[in-house]
Amino acid sequence: MINTVFDILTIRKDFPILNRKVNGEALVYLDNAATSQTPKMVIDAIVDYYSRYNSNIHRGVHSLSQEATEMYEEARLKIQKHFNASKSHEIIFTPGTTYGINLVANGFSALLNKGDEIIVSALEHHSNIVPWQMLCERTGAVLKVIPMDLDGKLVMDEYHNLLNPKTKLVFCNHVSNALGTINPIKEIITAAHKVGAAVLIDGAQAAPHIKADVQQLDADFYVVSGHKMCGPTGVGILYGKEEWLNKLPPYQGGGEMIAEVTFEKTTYADLPHKFEAGTPNISGGIAFGAALDYMNTIGFDAIAQYEDELLKYATDQLLTIEGLKIYGTSSEKTAVVSFNIEGIHPYDIGSILDKLGIAVRTGHHCAQPIMDFYKIPGTVRASFSFYNTKEEIDVLVAGVKRAKAMLT
Amino acid sequence: MSIKDIQEEIIDEFSMFDDWMQRYEYMIELGKSLPLIEEQYKTDENIIKGCQSKVWVHAELNDGKLIFTADSDAIITKGIIAILIRTFSNQKPSDIIAADTEFIDEIGLKEHLSPTRANGLVSMIKQLKLYAIAYQTQLN
Repeated sequence: MINTVFDILTIRKDFPILNRKVNGEALVYLDNAATSQTPKMVIDAIVDYYSRYNSNIHRGVHSLSQEATEMYEEARLKIQKHFNASKSHEIIFTPGTTYGINLVANGFSALLNKGDEIIVSALEHHSNIVPWQMLCERTGAVLKVIPMDLDGKLVMDEYHNLLNPKTKLVFCNHVSNALGTINPIKEIITAAHKVGAAVLIDGAQAAPHIKADVQQLDADFYVVSGHKMCGPTGVGILYGKEEWLNKLPPYQGGGEMIAEVTFEKTTYADLPHKFEAGTPNISGGIAFGAALDYMNTIGFDAIAQYEDELLKYATDQLLTIEGLKIYGTSSEKTAVVSFNIEGIHPYDIGSILDKLGIAVRTGHHCAQPIMDFYKIPGTVRASFSFYNTKEEIDVLVAGVKRAKAMLT
Repeated sequence: MSIKDIQEEIIDEFSMFDDWMQRYEYMIELGKSLPLIEEQYKTDENIIKGCQSKVWVHAELNDGKLIFTADSDAIITKGIIAILIRTFSNQKPSDIIAADTEFIDEIGLKEHLSPTRANGLVSMIKQLKLYAIAYQTQLN
């Protein structure tokens, strides 16, 4: 029995989409690791922006532009406070995690030499593999991989062996999107710094569950997406230490990112604007701030505690199904259950669950190396959020049983 | 039987069912009768791209008509390709090229027709038609 740490029914009322039906059945939304749902107050923030003060920021003398600029910058301050960055200009608004990673990878093109080494973990999303492979192709740097074990944990001894004075960069996700493993990033960062390497942490999967403190972690870069933490799509942030952001060249040229332009020479704007060329996703940034307000009102400790209960319940219940195997069995996990049933393709299970109104993800979850490691084509992934309930897990388990009966 | 006749026959068969579960169960049954591709043709080149599960298709020309064989590692996908092959196999390439596939809608599998759907029914139809176009060129 779940001891709810907060009033789940009240929370569910904040999410209009949870009332809808899919294929005639009540929606059971368990694809939160792909994108989270949006509470009404975040939707309202977007509507309010377009209804009352839609205007371009940082350049207008008129009142609407001032208001929009203030709201946008206020969102930046909320984000700074949330991640405990020491300076607000260390928060760069981006269209999302992938963009933030590419911005850093591109910037390091100018700083790396042939033979330098870059370390990534075996648990990465493609978005944290491909940009580094491209960077290696451009610079002649060499990509090394921290291996994983059968539980879906990184083999930390191997990581420590990989580090050496040629290591310039380490990239690792805080939480694996495919398995939910929480990686020991504090240890990863501390060890990397001892050999003088910078560390980028992909926080996309962690941010909805864990309130990261970038100063305590001593991360050089930390990237997240708004849409995974109750915010809108198309907005995210790159946190970077001021000294690193000053070293990296601008990623895109355009308006907003310049100080002075002549045809002979352009000088770049100060942080954060140097990395924010063009008109940004203004309403998205403001709504991202509102989403953080919403989640902080509930409280990340309460969220983590409740989601842990959901994870334990889902794991126990799913394991009662004969032939079901869970991938990712680390004791340190967010509320993600990646599984297969012996002899059944994950796609088939996902298709039946969809007919029952249950939204899960099937496939390789943009993490093919992990699937290759387990020698499977993919998994069914149910990922939970604080607005999910034990009853929804019961619906999932019944659905999986039904799918199994149909497919064997 | 013409492609149209076979499609009508399939529509008739599916009209007996009231809900999606029965339709899916029947589709899974049809998958079991799929003419299986020979192991030697289960190569990467014969995999249809755009499907989350693997689908292999092979085509051979026999007396002016195309004979398709296929397989998939997912049961539902196997059912879908079985339905398509039942309509297209043993038909003239020109007839396959000209055929429409709106019957999929009528048998209650419309959701699979969306081009964004991960099962790639659209990719399957495209690939079968590409085979027909290739063999038609050969016949000309």
